[in-house]
Amino acid sequence: MNIRRDVFQAIADPTRRAILLLLTTQSMTAGIIASNFDTARPTVSKHLQILTECELLKQEQKGREVYYHLNAIKMQEVAQFIEPFRKIWDDRFNKLETVMKSYQKNNR
Amino acid sequence: MKTQVKAEDGKQEILITREFDLPVELLFKAYSEADLIEQWMGTKVISLENRNLGFYQFETSQNGNVVFKASGTIHRVNLNQQIIRTFEMENMPMGVQLEYLDFEAISNQRSRLNIQIIYQSENQRAAQLKLPFASGLNAAHNRLQEIAKIRK
Repeated sequence: MNIRRDVFQAIADPTRRAILLLLTTQSMTAGIIASNFDTARPTVSKHLQILTECELLKQEQKGREVYYHLNAIKMQEVAQFIEPFRKIWDDRFNKLETVMKSYQKNNR
Repeated sequence: MKTQVKAEDGKQEILITREFDLPVELLFKAYSEADLIEQWMGTKVISLENRNLGFYQFETSQNGNVVFKASGTIHRVNLNQQIIRTFEMENMPMGVQLEYLDFEAISNQRSRLNIQIIYQSENQRAAQLKLPFASGLNAAHNRLQEIAKIRK
């Protein structure tokens, strides 16, 4: 499946924001996180997966349990607005690359 | 992540780095020819004198209204190596920025662009970084900023 894991798409969802808030105090297992929501467990798992894929959460193995905790560095990046700024430049530079590749092809 | 952005605390600059699957000559050309700039920047180039002590003006219109207007002077141009210029977006709180664009060949087919943007103040840099965010995600951000504060 080719879904883009955009950090701002991730935090646009209220459940995912609630998960992030929940994890500010301590790291938790998926089960404990899910017990804080009325949502079905697989739905919570899906949210955790998305948050992990865009690096807002990190997984940590403790014995037999996997704990989720906030990735402070990534959270700070989001808070400092760097990510949307970065994304604009990334899109712009992707465009530059595409434009110049076709220019290269046409001017060989 | 292809494009990297660094904006360190307490500084009034932004560093942008990107590697391209292009020879450095083509990367430089993308910055020096008006019709190419128009294609990748998605703006109209009103004027461009890409030379030492040159200048440029960009303008974008939507439905007959000007939505983006920027201009600057080009201080120095070293072919395929460097452009030093100023940049100012009209009607915005970011002021005039000084930009160092360094073009670097990695191989015959690959190149790197390092951009250093210097603002007059930290506040102006902050205004720049907030700009892309203006479209409705502010609430989410405020909560995350609180979280980030707690985590610090």
